[in-house]
Amino acid sequence: MANPSPKRRARERAASLLALPATLFLAVFFVLPLARILLYALDGRLLLQADTWERVGRALGFTVYQAALSTLLTLVVGVPLAFLFARYEFPGKRLWRALLAVPFMLPTVVVAAGFNAFLGDRGWLNLTLMRLLGLGAPPVRFTGTLTAILVAHVFYNTTLVVRLLAHALEHLDPHLEQAARMLGADGGKVLRHVTLPLLRPSLLAATALVFLFDFTSFGVILLLGGPTFATLEVEIYVQGMHLLNLPLAALLSVVQLLCTAALSSLYSHLLPRIVTPFSLRPAEANLRAPRRWGEKLFLLSSLALLVALFLVPMTSVPFRSVARLEAARGERGEVRYGLTADYYRELFLNRRSSLFYVPPLAAARNSLAYALATVLLSMALGTPAAIALARRGQVARTLDALFMLPLGASAVTLGLGFLMVFRRAVTSPWLVPLAHTLIALPLVIRTLQPALASIPPRLQEAARVLGASPWRAWWTVEWPILWRASLAAATFAFTVSLGEFGATLLLARPEYPTLPVAIYRFLSQPGGLNYGQAMAMTTILMAFTTGGILLIERLRPPASTEF
Amino acid sequence: MRKIFIPLLLGLLVLTACGPRQPATLTVMTHDSFAASEEVIRAFEQENNVKVTFLASGDTGTALNKAILSKDAPLADVFYGVDNTFLSRALEAGIFEPYASPLLKDIPQEFQLDPESRALPVDYGDVCINYDKAYFAEHNLPIPQRLEDLTRPEYRGLLVVENPATSSPGLAFLLATVAHFGDPGYLDFWRALRENGVVVVNDWETAYYTNFSGSSGKGPQPMVVSYGSSPPAEVIFAEQPLEEAPTASLVGPNMCFRQVEFVGVLKGTKHRDLARKFVDFMLSVRFQEDMPLQMFVFPVNPQAKLPDAFVQYAQIPEQPARLDPALIAANREKWIQAWTETVLR
Repeated sequence: MANPSPKRRARERAASLLALPATLFLAVFFVLPLARILLYALDGRLLLQADTWERVGRALGFTVYQAALSTLLTLVVGVPLAFLFARYEFPGKRLWRALLAVPFMLPTVVVAAGFNAFLGDRGWLNLTLMRLLGLGAPPVRFTGTLTAILVAHVFYNTTLVVRLLAHALEHLDPHLEQAARMLGADGGKVLRHVTLPLLRPSLLAATALVFLFDFTSFGVILLLGGPTFATLEVEIYVQGMHLLNLPLAALLSVVQLLCTAALSSLYSHLLPRIVTPFSLRPAEANLRAPRRWGEKLFLLSSLALLVALFLVPMTSVPFRSVARLEAARGERGEVRYGLTADYYRELFLNRRSSLFYVPPLAAARNSLAYALATVLLSMALGTPAAIALARRGQVARTLDALFMLPLGASAVTLGLGFLMVFRRAVTSPWLVPLAHTLIALPLVIRTLQPALASIPPRLQEAARVLGASPWRAWWTVEWPILWRASLAAATFAFTVSLGEFGATLLLARPEYPTLPVAIYRFLSQPGGLNYGQAMAMTTILMAFTTGGILLIERLRPPASTEF
Repeated sequence: MRKIFIPLLLGLLVLTACGPRQPATLTVMTHDSFAASEEVIRAFEQENNVKVTFLASGDTGTALNKAILSKDAPLADVFYGVDNTFLSRALEAGIFEPYASPLLKDIPQEFQLDPESRALPVDYGDVCINYDKAYFAEHNLPIPQRLEDLTRPEYRGLLVVENPATSSPGLAFLLATVAHFGDPGYLDFWRALRENGVVVVNDWETAYYTNFSGSSGKGPQPMVVSYGSSPPAEVIFAEQPLEEAPTASLVGPNMCFRQVEFVGVLKGTKHRDLARKFVDFMLSVRFQEDMPLQMFVFPVNPQAKLPDAFVQYAQIPEQPARLDPALIAANREKWIQAWTETVLR
């Protein structure tokens, strides 16, 4: 590459100013609290004890192992699904796509219950198999196995792969693939030499994000994996919150953070090398109904996978929210169901006139208000940052790695850091969307940046040559592309906020409980009514998420801005 | 127009400034399980011209951590929810100031674990094994009478417990076995339990709702480590009205561990008088009678009457297991570590 002209360098410097608001945000709400708690809790003596390193090593080893396996499986499931959504028209597509994002925000307790109702020792799969095969013991062991962890991770994170990849796939120029075919390449060759190289930035972004989410997994390991498995994040929780061993918790947090930093800088290092600019096309250009037998088979088997892996565990929750187990408790034989709307009715009653009763509509309103604030804030900070980072300078690369870090920070440690820095202000409801934005921001940037990076600089230059002002060139060239990627990014921010429980939990919450908080409140006391109400509240949460995503997806840009 | 408007506005400002005095705000930091009736708290607010705000701050350990980390600039005036397994830690950290409430004289000595009255007992509850009555009746199984019985072959694979490293009832049950068998005798018991197929999960929610056959999850185990107050909760929160509790507790000697929860005035409070009044209020009959149905715990004040469901369905063990809080503080981590090596590895 030629040396950049001084003018270009000046423009680059101006561009990196765009990342300033997000950088400041991160400095105040992430770096500062984290540094404060780590400086307070870290204890050098710990480094000299032999068993410290054995513990750290054991947790780190398992964390990396399960995250790598989970990521691989998520890609195996997600990539074909992304092709399905990007290339084929089929009935109910929008709804399927929205539903796929629902797991991302479901509280782990509820997901664990959903999987158990399906695959657990007394789940209906085992009950059916036992009856059919005349077995005395459940043939499928699920809860407490590594399989359970892997399946749950695939369930949670496939939406990341599908959204990031499908977005890129939809807008590929079909002429490139057609040209390759004309020149005699078969389907496999087209995929290897044309499609995949163009997709690499999105694929890399998806892999990095999924790996980080699996790497810092907490609830899934704790609830579905059971006590024999512990990741770094679980160890941090146990040491910090249960054994009150803050120094060890802080040390583990540092290890986790260092791994995240290494991963993110590897990502930012790789990304510029693999981006191939290409002209984007409107999504419709790539879409068609499946025609050949092979395509139809692909569609059918993908839909079957969607039903088995996503729909069944998900629907067990709404099902349970209207089903009553017959009163014959402890009966070991057949479990019979009756239908009821009692749990929903009870949600609206404050039977014990409790001070902490949460009307479901108020919880939903709080959740939506926080989600909306998170979407606005993370988009306002993330969009200029992504534009700045797409210019790829040395500064941009460093910042890029920094923006990914909040995903690798332990929520437990960060929460305590918030407390030490913001003191009494931690009780302010304003901190909730700010904390959600910390998690949403890396997702927003990761979604926008590959899309922006693939815009050929020639387009901008051409617009300028044709006499457009820089603003006008940006408006006609980059904005339409950005807008579409923004929808995907906003969806992530929305779901992260609706489902985020960790951050909400770690801040003090005086009066504005969200839906996940209300769900946990029900589940923490015994009794069939509490359990049913938790399921009903979860169903409401699922409905809000699906509805919200469908609504966001409707915000397509007006047709005039299409190419 | 403007000539009238501005004096009017000024007048309004002066009026609001001189109006009835804004009530002070008293902040109470608690764990997430705290609950109370609205009218009970409102009554306290009215009597003392104060607004009470509750800060739910996570589970027991998290809430305590937060109180300790913020002790130089306390987030609240009162902290409620430290129990006897964490008590020494709170006292060592010095988050409380002493307050010898006049109401302490009514409260039995057995609950007053801090002689300097920095932490005052509010409620207690027993962590006990709950069993599914229908299962035991159907299979003609005798009810276990002692901890030792649990290792007998007829109870193979029938008990689910929580991991003491991640769950507070799990830790309490481990402490009961330490109190009964001594150290290191408890490890032999756990080794035998492991051979007898004890199931371990990480948290109470999973143990109770997924593994236990007596609750909504219809799980595979008819015995679960839970609370002595869970059977009345099963009746109160039944899907359909129940005549009889579907579950009961095993209350043999040393089979249950007694958890006592404490309240204290936080050092550095700016509302000392109000904070003390609130502590008194928590120990008073009014609040103590409200607690059982809100938090499913027992009042420490013997003058408080128990609700009917509690009298009918809750069993109070005659000889609960007890351990000195200082001993727990010194050994908690060691016991959990040894337990993990014995039961999980």
